[in-house]
This record gives sequence, structure tokens and C-alpha cells, in this order.
Amino acid sequence: MPFPILSSLIVVPIAGALLLLLVKDDEAHEALIRNVALIVSALVFALTLLLWMRFDATSGDFQFVERHPWIPQFGISYAVGVDGISLFLLVLTGFLTPLALLSSWASVHRKTRAFCMFVLLLESAMIGVFVSLDLFLFYVFWDAMLVPMYFLIGIWGYDRRIYAAVKFILYTMAGSVLMLLAILGLAVLHNSQVGSYSFDLLRIYQLSIPEPLQYWFFLAFALAFAIKVPLFPFHTWLPDAHVEAPTAGSVILAGVLLKMGTYGLVRFAFPIFPAAAAYFAPLLGVLAVVGIIYGALVAMVQPDLKKLVAYSSVSHLGFVVLGIAAMNTQGVQGAVYQMLNHGVSTGGLFLIVGMLSDRRHTRLIAEYGGLKRVVPHLVAAFLIVTLSSIGLPGLNGFVGEFLILLGTFRASPKLAAFAATGVILSATYMLWMFQRVNYGEVTNEKNAALPDLNPRERLTIVPILAMAVLMGVLPNLFLRPMEPSVERVLALMQRSTSFRAALGAGRSPAGRPVTDLELPAASRHPLR
Amino acid sequence: MMSSMNAVVPMLCVTAAGLAAMVAEAFRDPGESMPIAGLGIVGLIGAAIASLLLWDRNLSSFGVVTADNFGLFVTWILIIVGLLSMVLAGPTIDRERLPRGEFYALTLFAIAGMMLMAMASDLLIIFLALEVLSIPVYVLTGIRRDRATASEASFKYFLLGAFSSAFFLYGIAFTYGLTGSTRLDRIGSLIAAQAMTPTPMQLLAVGLLFVGFAFKVSAVPFHMWTPDAYEGAPPAVTGFMSTGVKAAAFAAFARVFLSAFEPLRGDWSAVLWIVTAATMVVGTFVGVAQSSVKRMLAYSSIAHGGYLLLAILSANDLGKGAILFYLLTYAVTNLGAFGVIGLLENRAEGNDRVEDYAGLWSEHPALAAAMTIFLLSLGGFPPMAGFIAKWYVFSAAVKAGYTTLAIVGVLTSVVSVFFYLRVVVMMYMTPADGHVRFPPVPRAAGVALAVSAVLIFYLGILPTRVLEWAAASISTIF
Repeated sequence: MPFPILSSLIVVPIAGALLLLLVKDDEAHEALIRNVALIVSALVFALTLLLWMRFDATSGDFQFVERHPWIPQFGISYAVGVDGISLFLLVLTGFLTPLALLSSWASVHRKTRAFCMFVLLLESAMIGVFVSLDLFLFYVFWDAMLVPMYFLIGIWGYDRRIYAAVKFILYTMAGSVLMLLAILGLAVLHNSQVGSYSFDLLRIYQLSIPEPLQYWFFLAFALAFAIKVPLFPFHTWLPDAHVEAPTAGSVILAGVLLKMGTYGLVRFAFPIFPAAAAYFAPLLGVLAVVGIIYGALVAMVQPDLKKLVAYSSVSHLGFVVLGIAAMNTQGVQGAVYQMLNHGVSTGGLFLIVGMLSDRRHTRLIAEYGGLKRVVPHLVAAFLIVTLSSIGLPGLNGFVGEFLILLGTFRASPKLAAFAATGVILSATYMLWMFQRVNYGEVTNEKNAALPDLNPRERLTIVPILAMAVLMGVLPNLFLRPMEPSVERVLALMQRSTSFRAALGAGRSPAGRPVTDLELPAASRHPLR
Repeated sequence: MMSSMNAVVPMLCVTAAGLAAMVAEAFRDPGESMPIAGLGIVGLIGAAIASLLLWDRNLSSFGVVTADNFGLFVTWILIIVGLLSMVLAGPTIDRERLPRGEFYALTLFAIAGMMLMAMASDLLIIFLALEVLSIPVYVLTGIRRDRATASEASFKYFLLGAFSSAFFLYGIAFTYGLTGSTRLDRIGSLIAAQAMTPTPMQLLAVGLLFVGFAFKVSAVPFHMWTPDAYEGAPPAVTGFMSTGVKAAAFAAFARVFLSAFEPLRGDWSAVLWIVTAATMVVGTFVGVAQSSVKRMLAYSSIAHGGYLLLAILSANDLGKGAILFYLLTYAVTNLGAFGVIGLLENRAEGNDRVEDYAGLWSEHPALAAAMTIFLLSLGGFPPMAGFIAKWYVFSAAVKAGYTTLAIVGVLTSVVSVFFYLRVVVMMYMTPADGHVRFPPVPRAAGVALAVSAVLIFYLGILPTRVLEWAAASISTIF
């Protein structure tokens, strides 16, 4: 039996959390607790890298698959596997969790053990979401993930933390319970068509779901994911959760949790319900563009750094959904790439904001100014992260946005045009914010003697910067392994072209066919 | 002759333990401490062994008590309920200086009645069991005699209970008048043989029995007694009656309606539909408005009754197994939650308002963790048992085509999360207001809570075996 690497990814953080239970939670053991948690999360990161190394980049199928019957009466199995899409999300999770833990060293001094335990449990659940190949298992992780995040926001957050934590958990649950019913409906449908219950994703892909049902089920799935993304107009929980969460919580929330929504769209909603997806894709595209512009405009006027970054997330995640809704290679590939980018750059932004707020205990832009002279290294890191978030060529953000806009243009030039304004707006609000915080004279004397990056902070931020450059310069390192999987997902999405043609819904608003399978291969990879 | 007694052995064990507890109390010198709880535990373990031996044998005593697997499964649930509540009641009894022997004897008699109710296959025996279990519970509700709220709760519960018993008895009478029998199997075959269109008389009989059961399972609109009774009784008793009475009543409910009155399903299912929806909605939404944790859990238990009704209504292969699994899960979880409430109470203060839980995490981290596990399981979070139980019920409902009810069910369970979380918010996210109010946790009670918590995770993560048993049990009666 091969080494069950995916199961160990899920189990190691849980085991680490249980291990922490053995350590007494007091001041004297604080350093020990932090180091144990850090080592465990670093181990997980190492495992994800091992996964990447051993991943067969030429195959679009699920790899490292493990299958064990779990509740056989109902066809529920413990089935996990990765493909090129989930692979990098796992790496991202492994990459961000140690950084999030590191970032908390200066700010979390209360109940450190519980804090580290919740972060590790959260990591386990997030990994579970990305590797599940069984809808029931997926839902279990999806829901279980809420609890540690709820505690992280509610216990270690800022002033309005309780409100934000409860809002976070209720919003997400309200969306996901309907998805639960749709999942149950799929299993019952499988029972009536095949004669046995099954929640196995690969079998569910093969179901032929009758038309009205497909629309309802898609809506239930899409609602759950849209709330998670969050897609406009379901985004209102996000600014609260982001602003009130501790830095580590914000990093994980922005870096990984939001990706679960878009991942769910790519993995579940679109391929399982192709006809409904094609029907609703234009609507999702429009909502995504509204979110891009709305998020950017609202970000522009935020006085609070964290809120600004939170709304920029709404805007950036809009791009991801737009790419998925384009339903062509560039769009989907760009969307997956943009998920990683956003994880790195927004994770980085939250880390930087966390460092500033550790120093000054405020996140108001007006309280800063002229930091460049005081903390040059911090500002340099801030600059790179800001530029990566804007999408400067040579850094990671550019590649994803470019691919998404390209894919969208082929599906609907009008939407692409509107979305492109989002790129300009994002440059505006980010640079304006950067200028107000870092340039000019030091207007507030409290800022005059701030310390620059300490070694721990360097250790936290340098990997982010390295990743931003790496992903900007060598995108094919990431794009190539994900490509066969993206193609496979697209093939699933386009199963029912004839079905859609009959409906007349397979056409984008601009009247062009959404499908692009007939294109020559070379035109699909502009970056090669 | 002796062999026909086999099916009642589990109840005999419990009854004998109850009698022994009474005798022991009578011969106890004032001030002398006796391990009376131990007697009850021995009796319950005896009952557990007896029902293990009866498994799969489908024995019947006197033609009216059937030890089929369904009844035995419920018996096991009741034994777990009994064991946990006897252990968890210890601190309350000491603190409130309750009459120990009477307390345990009444609890044991009530359990014997519940077991009888789960196994009875005759309407008269069901009625008898109903009374055997109700009367001790009325007394237990008011066992804190020095408190006005307890007397009020007990009296309310008793009056309304007697009222509903009358409905039940009338239902039996009408059923007898129509079919000439009180045995469930005969009633079922006679009703099935009669005309396709039910007579008004039949509907009246079914309706009256329905009201009787609905009262016992606190289905809306027959739930009015529940919050008062739950609040007035000591938490240990509340935990006991919210799980034991419910389990026994649902077992009989399922047996009567899914076997004897199955031919009339078309007529009662419409009413049950409305009652189910109302129970889920009222239980949840009124629960949101409560400031007392006990009242909140009372409404939550009403809402959970709604999910169980949904399982009965769905009544397919999934739904029937769901009833048993849900009862088990709910019993373990709710007992745990009331156990924690009981431990936090002290003589001077009820510590029952949600705000009283502020800062529990700092003072009693383990207790707070246990309470969180129970509440999250009630709210249906994976990987706790409550999730599997709800999932099981909702899949039964989706399969049976009750999609609207399933949607109502999942949405109310989201709303219910809101009030469960209020307690969690208090425990973890709100600092205590200073003075230490919480009494220390006795070891035995701590162990009972730990066992409940472990069971919850076990049922939530590895439910296969228990689900199999539940499915096998249910197949013996339908």
C-alpha cells in the first residue's frame, strides 16, 4: 500500500492539535506551544511540497486517490484525491498556515494553546475540503471548518468580534444547508437511476440530472459557494469578519477560506450541473463584474486598512468567478491561478497590516504617513505586496488577471471591458492607500520611532515576496500541472452542448458560443 | 409459562432495583449514607445484559409485550439515559438535599415504564406504561418542594398530562369500538380490511390517539407545558425527562402509527405534516427569544421533536432507522447539556441565564469544552453525532419527497445554531464578571460527561455499526 499522503495531510494537524493538549497552557509554556504548532504546520507544508514533487503533471485525473467505505449503507466513502486544481490550493494552505502562526506571535498572548489548536484544526478541515472526492465528506469538512474559524474570530478578534463571528458562521451555514439538501437529492437520484446510494463525485458526474432539478440543485450549490466567495451581493459578512479577525485569522480567511467557494464552483457546481451552469453563467459573470467594480469603489473610500483589503478581496474574487463563468480554458485556468495569487498577495497584505497594527494598535490610514523613512524594509515589502495585488507584470497578480480577461473577452467582450476597469480601479485605491501610509512627512509623531522588521517578521514576509515573484516570473511552473485537470473539468462542463443549444442558453450575452474546444491548441496558451 | 416471561426481564430488573432503592431508603438511619445509586446502576446493567440476550429472538410475553429488536434498541437508549442521569443527578441531590432513595426509586420506576412503553404491542399496555412513566416524572418535576416554580411546573405538567391521558384513553376506546381489539397487529389488519374510505369514527380514534402522543412528545400546539416543566425541574430531572420520556413516547408513536394505523396514512400524514412544520418552526424561533438556558434547551428539544416527527412522516427505509439513531444521539447530547447545567447550578443562584455562563472557559475549561460539544452537536455540526442524525432525517425526507419540510428543517437548524452559539459566545468570548460562582465538578459526573462527549464523537465519526443496528431493529416491526 502506498503512503497515504493525503490522509496524513488531514491527520497531522489534528494530531498536532491533540499533542498540544498535553502541554500546560500558561506563560511558561507559551514558546513551546508556538514552536510545536509551527513545526507541525511546517511539516504539513513539507508534505504538500512532497505531493507537488510526486504529482504527475501530465495527467488530468485524480491522483493519490484513497478510497475506504465509511458508511456503506448509504454509499458514503472516505474518498480523497488531488488533481492539478486542488494540488496548488493544498500547497497554498500549507504555505500560509505557518506564516499565519508566525504572524500571531506578537499579537496573541492569551490562551495561546487554544489559538494554535484552532489554527491547526482549521488547517485540517481546509485540506479536507480540497481533497474530498465524496460529496458527503466534502460537506463534513466544509461545515466543520466553520467552528475553528468562529472561535478564532470570536476569541482573539478586535472589538466587534462576536458580532463578526456569529455573522460569519450563520451566513455560511445558511448557504450551505441548502447545498446539503441538494447533495442528498443527488444521492437519492443516484439511487433511483443506478439502484444504490452514492456520494462519490466521479459517479455523480455521470448522472444525467433532469432539467428542472438541475437548475434547483445548481442554485443550491451556487448559493453556498457564492456566499463563501463572496460574490456580490452576498459579501456583507466578509468585511466584518476580516476586520474583526486577528491577523492570523484574516490571512487564512482571505488566503484559503474564500478559495473554497470558487473551488466549489469549479469542482462541483459547474461540472455536476453543466446545463444549469451554462444557463446561469452569464448571470454569475454579471454579478462578478458588479462585485469587481463595487468592491473596488468601496475599497477606495475606506479609512481602515483592513477594511480596504477586505473590499479589495471582494473585487479580486470577482475576477475569479468571472473567469469560471467564462467557461473556457483561459478563463478557468486564470481563475485557478488567480485563487493562488490572491492567497499570496492578500495574505501578504494582511500580514503587513498586522505588523503595522502590532506597532501602533490602529489600522486607520489617517494615523500613518511617511513610514518610508521610519521603517524602510517594511515599506519595501509593503510595496512589493501592493504591486502584486494590483497585478503589475512580473509579479503574480498580472498573470491571473490577464488570463481571466482574455477568457472573458472570448466569451463576452462587454463583460471583459467592464472588468478591465476593475484593474484600473484597483491600482487607484491600492496606490493611493500606499501613498498616504508611506510617503510624505511623518505627520504623527507616534510613528517617528517605530521599529523596522524584526527577524520573525522577516521570516514571515520574505516567503510571500519570493512566492509573488516566482509566480509572476515562472507561471508555467503552476499552469502546466493544472492544465490537464482544467481541460478535464471543462470537458465535463461542456458535456451537454447539444442540450444547451436546444435551450439557447449556451450563448454568452455577446452571442458567441461559450465553448472553445474547436480552437487550435496553440491559441489556448498565450503565455507559453 | 416461565419462558413467556422472558420479554419482560429487562423491566423486572429495573423495577427490582427501584424497589430495592425504596426499601434501602426506608431502613436508612438518618445521616447514614448508602450507595443507593449503585443499586440502580446494577439494575440497569442487569437490564442491559437481559436485553442483549433477548436480541434477535423476537420473544413475546403474554401476547402484549414484544421484545423485538425495535423495542430492545429503545431499551438500550433508555438504559444509557438512566445510567447517565443517575450519575449526573448525584451532585444535584447532595446540593439540594433531595431524598436520595426516593429520587432514584422514582427514576427507576419511570425507566421501567418507558421500557414497557417501548415494547408494548397493545394499546392498553401502552396506556399503562404511559401512566407508569408519567407519574414518577410528575413527582420528580416537583421534587424540590421548597420552590414555588417546581410546584408550579409539576402541577402544570400533571394537569395537562392527565388531560392528554384522557384523550389517549378515548382514542383507545374508540379504536376498540371500531375493531374489537386493542392489539396493534389486529387493529392494523382490521383497519386495512375495512372500506377504503375511512369512516369519521376511525379518524376520530386516530386523532385522539395522535393528540395523546403529541402531548407526550411535546409537538406544537401541545407543547405548552414543556418550557415550564423543564425550567422548574432540577436540571438532572429535565435531562432525564427530555430524553427518556421522548424516546419512549416516540417509540410507541412510531409503533402505533407506522404499524396499526399505517392503512390510514393518507389521512393522518397531512395533519402530521402541519404539526411537524409547526413544531420545528415554533421550537426554533421561540427558542431564540429565551434568556434562560433551560428554557432555551426546552424549546430546542421541541424543535428536535419536530425533526423526529419528520422522520416518522417520511417513514421510508431511511426514516425509520433515522428515528432510532436520532433518539440515541439526542439522548446522549441533551443529557450531557443538562448535566452541565446541573453542575453549574448552586443553591443560592440558578446560574441559568445565558449571561451566567460568561467566562466559564477560564474557570472550567473542560466543562466549557464539554458544553460546546453538546451544543454544537445539537446544532448539527460535523463531526458530531447530531450532524449524522440530522443528515439521516433529512435524507429520509428528501427521499420521501417532503422537500419543503426538509428545507424548513435545515433552515430552522441554522436558526437554532444562533441560540446555541449564544451560550458559546458567553463561555468563550465574554469575560467573567469577577466572583467565582461555579461549584467544583465531582469526579463521577465529570466521567459521565466525558463518556457522553466521546459517544458523540464516536456516533459522529464512526456511525456505521449503530446505523446498522438501527436499521436491523426497525425492520422487525414494519
